[in-house]
Amino acid sequence: MADFAHLPYKRQQMAALLITNARLMDAGAGLDILGSLLIKSGRIAAHGPSLTAPELTPTLDAQGAILAPGLIDMRASLGEPGFEHRETIASAARAAAAGGITTLCALPDTEPALDDPALLQFLIRRGEATGSLTILPYGAATIDCAGKDMAEFGLLREAGAIAFTDGRRAIASARAMRLALSYARGFGCFIVQHPEDPSLAAGGAATEGELATRLGLPGIPAAAESILVARDIALARLTGGHVHFAHVSTGAALDLIRGAKAEGLHVTCDTAPPYFDLNETAIGDYRTYAKLSPPLRADADRLAVVAALADGTIDAIASDHQPRDADDKRLPFAQAEAGGAGLATLLGITLARVHGGDLTMLQALALLTSNPAKLLNLETGTLAPGAPADLVLFDPERGWKVEAGKLPGKAQNSPFDGRALEGRVIATFKAGRRVFG
Amino acid sequence: MPTPPRHLLAIEGLEPPHIADMLDLAENYALLNRSGKTQRDLLKGRTLINLFFEDSTRTRTSFELAGKRLGADVINMAVSTSSVNKGETLLDTASTLNAMQCDLLVIRHAQSGAPALLSQKVEAAVINAGDGTHEHPTQALLDALTIRRHKGHLDNLVIAICGDVLHSRVARSNIHLLLTMGARVRIVGPPTLIPAEAARLGVEIFHTMREGLAGADVVMMLRLQKERMAGGLVPSSREFFRFFGLDAEKLAYAKSDAIVMHPGPMNRGVEIDSAIADDPVRSVIGEQVEMGVACRMAVLDLLARNLRRNTRI
Repeated sequence: MADFAHLPYKRQQMAALLITNARLMDAGAGLDILGSLLIKSGRIAAHGPSLTAPELTPTLDAQGAILAPGLIDMRASLGEPGFEHRETIASAARAAAAGGITTLCALPDTEPALDDPALLQFLIRRGEATGSLTILPYGAATIDCAGKDMAEFGLLREAGAIAFTDGRRAIASARAMRLALSYARGFGCFIVQHPEDPSLAAGGAATEGELATRLGLPGIPAAAESILVARDIALARLTGGHVHFAHVSTGAALDLIRGAKAEGLHVTCDTAPPYFDLNETAIGDYRTYAKLSPPLRADADRLAVVAALADGTIDAIASDHQPRDADDKRLPFAQAEAGGAGLATLLGITLARVHGGDLTMLQALALLTSNPAKLLNLETGTLAPGAPADLVLFDPERGWKVEAGKLPGKAQNSPFDGRALEGRVIATFKAGRRVFG
Repeated sequence: MPTPPRHLLAIEGLEPPHIADMLDLAENYALLNRSGKTQRDLLKGRTLINLFFEDSTRTRTSFELAGKRLGADVINMAVSTSSVNKGETLLDTASTLNAMQCDLLVIRHAQSGAPALLSQKVEAAVINAGDGTHEHPTQALLDALTIRRHKGHLDNLVIAICGDVLHSRVARSNIHLLLTMGARVRIVGPPTLIPAEAARLGVEIFHTMREGLAGADVVMMLRLQKERMAGGLVPSSREFFRFFGLDAEKLAYAKSDAIVMHPGPMNRGVEIDSAIADDPVRSVIGEQVEMGVACRMAVLDLLARNLRRNTRI
């Protein structure tokens, strides 16, 4: 496949590599030490403060940079199949590698939707062909992600579906959600909900409030999120099923989730960088790159998201990568497509919360590695010997600036355009092979 | 021993001796039927009415045959030919039947509780031949008799009831009967086809055939109706068959001498593979039908002994 052309390291590092002088951080194990890590045959062989390797083992001096498990991005849209003009799997894999992401969960609301076992297998193989990115597709929760008839969870699970969701579309019918939660439980799977009541969100372009009023934009009340979260928590209680709320963005919804977790219900959630780094003022001047779904919120909600990251209410940070091209975005605000590119900035924006003192480095890495690994039942997301050598080496202090147009990969629609960040990926390893840097 | 009930409306509430008596008597009728002898004087002069508000071939025929073998006058009233279609209520029907001096009334109805309602208003002994998603007592009796003939007893057997338990009156009657007689009952199916709070009935619940069938003595399959797919409880019949349809691979999880049962009519390739349904060693589906006649003879015989109206026409 021609997609390999961008991978100059394809044949390298298959045997062994010793990374020395690294700050080894494994959030799941609470590990934070200076030392070395040995890669053998694509897996982590050992690590420790004074590790030696056989003579002639290639060595990489990390110069004190952080070596952590490769990031696991549990929510991203790929352009394939159906929207190759926005992003291809090869271009998404380039952006992911540059962002330190080695595993990515792809949403199923593609064209056609991932409601057929053969399509899932196709996508998984396309991921394998990149050599740098494991693609774990979600199966469609309903046929064609239309919210009506339940998809074949069992057959899709066998074909590799990691969980089930209708992607950017909420499962609006309470009955459909109940059946999905109940049926998925039999297969040990969870349902990912886009928590936004569609009847309240229809036609909206921004969070309802003063700013939307001043800009003259149709609003979506923030309560559209908490209403659906409240309903689905009740359905999780009824069915015993596991619901996972994606890109949670409001304090009210997070309070409900916090309560559900305290009650012992099987409820988890993630958020995405825009919701703890930006607030609704980012859409001022009708900046369509900041038009997202759900829309950016008031600053009080942003602060609530930061607090929920710190107190463990939020289980994971996902990129919520939504590739859009210029034609999708160069439109009057209400007509422009929602969605932001997020692969290259996932780590950097998260690190901003570490530099800001809201999260410890281990907390931040847990949200990007060990937590999603646990949720998705993966063997990655750890530095434990025997695990696949999916790794990211990054310098948490190195500065850079996000510039739409110069980001890796095809999609350039970053809501963080112009943002100065501290923390940059030096190298990314996939199964022991250096795939970036 | 408590008084035997005047009607057979449900298995739930029956005591073990009642059930054992019915099974013992049914066993005798099974032997009698096989010997080719008859007892045509037992219900001579008695009137048996088969009142079927739902289509049924095998249950109605089975009751008809049972009644005739015991010498009763058997009349079949199907819904399509009765005045119910003209707006007559269930209770109007009851007074009509009383006027006809019916002795034994076999009723099947789509509404749970319809036979119980009728039993309050008719003089006849009422036999529930299936009401909604409530019970189908004679099916449970014939299943128990079939199991007992193969395994020698019911207590401590592990019995897996698989598939659409939610809508199954057969499953409910079997659960009550088998638990009453000391068996261990499991129900196996996707969570969408398991009734709420089913564990409180005393069964164990499983969502995979591998776990649910492990070590089972009896595998009882239920019919999955096509409308369940349309109702969205199961995504497709191919998925249902893959995960819950009984084939050789899944049957291998059960004990090597486990028997396979199905109340019929079967959806081959949906809940059961033809190779299993027709397996002469494992499948006892044919014998279930045979035991159905014997059990219904026993039920008619026992209820006729307690009839309020003791005069015969």
